[in-house]
Amino acid sequence: MSHDHVSNTGRIWKVFGILSAVTIFEVILGILKPESLYMNSLMGMNLLNWIFYALTLYKAYYIVWAFMHMEGEKSSLRASVVYPVIFLVLYLLFILLTEGDYIYEVFKNSTIKWNF
Amino acid sequence: MEATVTTANSEEKTWGGGNEPMGASYGKLMMWFFIVSDALTFSGFLAAYGFSRFKFIETWPVADEVFTHFPFLHGVSAPMYYVALMTFILIFSSVTMVLAVDAGHQMKKDKVVLYMFLTIIGGLIFVGSQAWEWKNFIKGEYGAVETKGGSLLQFVDKDGKRVALAEFAATLPEEREQLTRNKAKWFMDEPTLPSYSVAEVQAGFKSHPDVLIRTEVLNEKKQKTVLSRKESEARLADAQYVVEGANLIRNEYGSKLFADFFFFITGFHGFHVFSGVIINIIIFFNVLLGTYEKRKSYEMVEKVGLYWHFVDLVWVFVFTVFYLV
Repeated sequence: MSHDHVSNTGRIWKVFGILSAVTIFEVILGILKPESLYMNSLMGMNLLNWIFYALTLYKAYYIVWAFMHMEGEKSSLRASVVYPVIFLVLYLLFILLTEGDYIYEVFKNSTIKWNF
Repeated sequence: MEATVTTANSEEKTWGGGNEPMGASYGKLMMWFFIVSDALTFSGFLAAYGFSRFKFIETWPVADEVFTHFPFLHGVSAPMYYVALMTFILIFSSVTMVLAVDAGHQMKKDKVVLYMFLTIIGGLIFVGSQAWEWKNFIKGEYGAVETKGGSLLQFVDKDGKRVALAEFAATLPEEREQLTRNKAKWFMDEPTLPSYSVAEVQAGFKSHPDVLIRTEVLNEKKQKTVLSRKESEARLADAQYVVEGANLIRNEYGSKLFADFFFFITGFHGFHVFSGVIINIIIFFNVLLGTYEKRKSYEMVEKVGLYWHFVDLVWVFVFTVFYLV
């Protein structure tokens, strides 16, 4: 094992604090749904959802880096795990969400109706 | 030949084994690549959910109205608190797992045992909570009707508060017996009949003038549209099914796909948690037996730890996609 054997419980509890605080913040936002965020949208999604996704990625970073101890691995391992996932997920999301929105437009603006 | 050999290792033969080009043992590296492929599987599911959601963006159910239950608080609308609690349980079991890995690095067997045990308990509580959530989802609360065209109609009072079918449906002197195999041929049966027939809902609606119909369509305030009494009567005349709770075909919350995705994605995640608990139990007993003490390495705990954190990681995304967004 390459990483040191000193105990890093301090960091573990700190990360737990961060993850908990972010989750509580998300729940509060989700219950309040501030109008200025909820009603305004950017690129087809409202600002509140953008904040939720940003915070989710923030939590994901801490889980992978601190709990899964990615920060202690070699950069080649980090790169070979993280980059393929990021690239493929963004690619998939781009294709599927664009297509979903396109089908919505077809149902909305043409004579085809999905229900009535 | 030397130009093709990239490692700095000059004492050993490159193909002789013992090389760790990424500084991780074979098992750990394979666990990472398994996690990559599993992450892509979950991404596929969540992206498919996003696809359907964008496709039916104006009629998708609002999560706050679906997941409102909390144990021992009957009839109190408590959106999200329960899943937030579940998230905490899973994050906390991730913390005890990483503490077990940490204790393993220092070869402290007793601490590893304690933290592994807490992790297993956390995982079991989470799976139990998941089952409770499913039970509420399947049972439903208010009931709804589906029209011939496939739209879902829910019932509200004058203030827009939801009304359950049981509160207004009439009881007509009609007898519709459940078709079961023992009453017919062995291949003849049907899904469980709803508590009320369409005619009973329609008759009850007629005798309760303050009940209105709420459609799936979201208005400009991002709330479900409530129809006037006259429009409600017209829509209800098209009713074809009474829908109570949720199954894979239809559900009382709205879009049919909503329940399908809910069952499939949270089910697949719950299955991961369950198998994680089983693997943790196996490793827990190995720790108790002193297997890793003899091996002088607790790396196995680290490997299952990676899997367990991954399950937590997926839940963070499922939580956002299903309950927050």
